[in-house]
Amino acid sequence: MIALLLRDLRLSMRAGGGFGLGLAFFLIVTVLVPLSVGPEAKLLGTIAPGILWLGALLACLLSLDRLLALDWEDGTLDLLATSPLPLEAVVSVKALAHWITTGLPLVLAAPVFGVLLNLAPPGYLWLVLSLMVGTPALSVIGTFGAALTVGLKRGGLLLSLLVLPLYVPTLVFGAEVARRGAVGMETTTPLLMLGGITMGVIALLPFASAAVLRINLR
Amino acid sequence: MTDLPLPLLDVSNLAVARGGVPVLEHVSFALYPGRALILRGPNGSGKTTLLRTLAGLQPPIEGTMTGADDQIAYAGHADGIKPTLSVLENLRFWASVFATADVDAALAGFDLTDLAHRGAGTLSAGQKRRLGLARLAVTGRPIWMLDEPTVSLDAKSVARFADQVRAHLAGGGAALMATHIDLGLDGDVFDVTPCRARPRAATMDEAFL
Repeated sequence: MIALLLRDLRLSMRAGGGFGLGLAFFLIVTVLVPLSVGPEAKLLGTIAPGILWLGALLACLLSLDRLLALDWEDGTLDLLATSPLPLEAVVSVKALAHWITTGLPLVLAAPVFGVLLNLAPPGYLWLVLSLMVGTPALSVIGTFGAALTVGLKRGGLLLSLLVLPLYVPTLVFGAEVARRGAVGMETTTPLLMLGGITMGVIALLPFASAAVLRINLR
Repeated sequence: MTDLPLPLLDVSNLAVARGGVPVLEHVSFALYPGRALILRGPNGSGKTTLLRTLAGLQPPIEGTMTGADDQIAYAGHADGIKPTLSVLENLRFWASVFATADVDAALAGFDLTDLAHRGAGTLSAGQKRRLGLARLAVTGRPIWMLDEPTVSLDAKSVARFADQVRAHLAGGGAALMATHIDLGLDGDVFDVTPCRARPRAATMDEAFL
């Protein structure tokens, strides 16, 4: 399993691996929003938590169609399915590798991008915390979507449509934590809900992903 | 017949389907240690489907197979090679997935030692195939299951591959392969043509088998 994780991380760092794709997209969104909304610092500060969360979510979505499709195309998935690794472990490791290459950089870069959107000072801690808690759910749900669409050519469209509704609860509670944090309100309830969603999908979805992958491999 | 050892793989009355349509039925054979079994049959007769079923990638629609669990090293049409990793990195990855360590012997066996640090994306088709076959040697599994293993190999590489299979058989392993080339192996031929299924419509939703 560690070998698979290291291989995936190494692949993403090499040429054409797609590391930084999500980060670049996140940067583009946060740079362009002030230009399109206009230079009103107060308005930007109000919408900053929502925009930052939406940008992070779309950045995650961008790299999902490569998550399993590349391994499917070159036959690696067939070989992994006949290896001693259970498919549940394979999809969990894939989700973890996706989070490390996409989610974690977003978490770390979010405070910098918060400055671009004039996020209120108390909001930074809560923004980072909510992304830290919420982005693993995005990767795990995304892996499920990727497993569902793995056999399809150009499955990216269907993948986005399948995954978006599943992303809604994470987006709602994640952005709510950041918004409440920015205006100095109590954040415990949405944070607990966000954590609960993440824990729930990490516990359950790898089994669903492995099951649909088995069907798709036939 | 003299007393044979217990078969590594025992298949009886197996029926397999592709896309919900049965392609082969009443397939029965046994695979013994040290022996190779060559599958023959025209294109589209279901050799690949049979191999994928035996490898556990899809369930059979009827029949039993004994001894297949975690014993099979499968090599299909695609080699599962990552072009941005080197030959050595590709092979080391599979060695650690299968918890074995002997990468050097596999590299030497398939004449890849000189290419070990080349990026796999720069290999020729035949070299990639050799790398894909070298993966079998690092799995440490007793049954090699090969689907057209000699595609894009030159005559010298085919001979080298046959030597590797022979060495594997001599070590008590077994091999089951679909191929049209005579590799000169000590083995039997199993022609799937008589097992072709009667044409009939798909009856069940295969996702729920």
